Amino acid sequence: MLKDVLERGGKLLFTLMCAVTLSPAWALASEVAAEVPMVPSIDGSGWWKWPLILLVVTFVMGIIAVLGGVGGGVLFVPIISGFFPFHLDFVRGTGLLVALSGALAAGPGLLKANLASLRLALPVALIASTMAIVGAMVGLALPTHIIQLSLGGTILGIVAIMLSAKKSTVPDVPAADNLSSALRICGIYHEPTMQQDINWKVHRTPAGLATFIVIGFMAGMFGLGAGWANVPVLNLMMGAPLKISVATSKFLLSITDTSAAWIYLNKGCVIPMMVVPSLIGIMLGSFVGVRLLKVAKPTMIRWMVIGILGFAGLKAMHKGLSSMGIF
Amino acid sequence: MSEITKEATHEQLLYATILEKGMYIGLASMFVTFTLYVFEFVPPVIPLDQVAAYWNLPVDQYLAAINHSYLHLEQPPVGWSWMSLLAKGDFLNFLPIAILSGVTIICYIAIAPGLFSRGDKAMGLICLATAAVLILAASGIVAGGH
Repeated sequence: MLKDVLERGGKLLFTLMCAVTLSPAWALASEVAAEVPMVPSIDGSGWWKWPLILLVVTFVMGIIAVLGGVGGGVLFVPIISGFFPFHLDFVRGTGLLVALSGALAAGPGLLKANLASLRLALPVALIASTMAIVGAMVGLALPTHIIQLSLGGTILGIVAIMLSAKKSTVPDVPAADNLSSALRICGIYHEPTMQQDINWKVHRTPAGLATFIVIGFMAGMFGLGAGWANVPVLNLMMGAPLKISVATSKFLLSITDTSAAWIYLNKGCVIPMMVVPSLIGIMLGSFVGVRLLKVAKPTMIRWMVIGILGFAGLKAMHKGLSSMGIF
Repeated sequence: MSEITKEATHEQLLYATILEKGMYIGLASMFVTFTLYVFEFVPPVIPLDQVAAYWNLPVDQYLAAINHSYLHLEQPPVGWSWMSLLAKGDFLNFLPIAILSGVTIICYIAIAPGLFSRGDKAMGLICLATAAVLILAASGIVAGGH
């Protein structure tokens, strides 16, 4: 009787969360061959517990992601793969869908406001989405412990980038390079802090595009959103203004993650009982996070994100090394 | 070719409009399909109380196991074979995910003619090339695996 009540309560909670979160207003805010394993039946009376915990954790993650200025995907994959019973294949597939949904929700508004630049995104997206496919294929072909180990190294690398990367509101671009001139990658936007319209252009386009070969590959391989890498490259290397870089990066994820998501979807790395609670949790948390931005202390949150990522990165490396019998 | 202004270009607005509609349709569909699944209005392949026995397996073993235990198909369901399983609650949820993953392809195809008609051939070609890459990814022709 009690079990039935709890089970129905769990179902009801999911549905209510879906109903609220998926409304338009909220949306804005291995390695062995495929032999058949023996899977014994389990006492699944509490089947809804892990999805419910996932919902709560991703809700908190959504808040922290907004306050810390990072994407949901970069928190999702290391934390969920490190501390939940789900296999890394499904965590990466879900992580891509989490990042994709966030980008789809934000993309239209950013494009309409002309903060995300389609002309800047198009050539970058061609390279990043192609390489994301390659990354996804490689990631699904490599043994899990190698991916886990590489993921740990990558996350620690992201921590290093977060600790060291500077930002430039309007970088100095003396002259556009030939490629960006030919593709007319430029624009005008209003910068309220400077009370003026900024006429922006980019330089070092070939080097920037080459960097997206690596970024796209890593996004597909690890199921991470790639905002942590997109923004520094667009802003510091190519010289796009910070706001244009952040908005274009967010929009770019909707394309890069689409190509990788198809590879994971076609491979079967999607378990709805993981995907839907994760999307709901992240979106709900993002909505609350936006509200909390007014009162939160961003510097403290940023240090917290760096700490969490550092710990998750070490945990991923430990899991990878344990699988190899080193620890 | 058009002048650079503070306003978004026609193609950018068209892209945004299609992306927005696709996103709403995908999210709304996800709510419907997940409700049908979690309340077992549409019975799933894997019973809800047994899902936890499978999600810790590598994907190849997971597919082989659910095929052996429940589906009994000649091959485990990969690629677009989920389309033939839409009558099952869990696989029904692949539909909104495919919508969310597919809307970008439609955006690209929609803006390409406008770019060419304005003489923006380079961006038009980039647009078509990206659409081709995304269609290739969606087709299931390229896929990784253990």
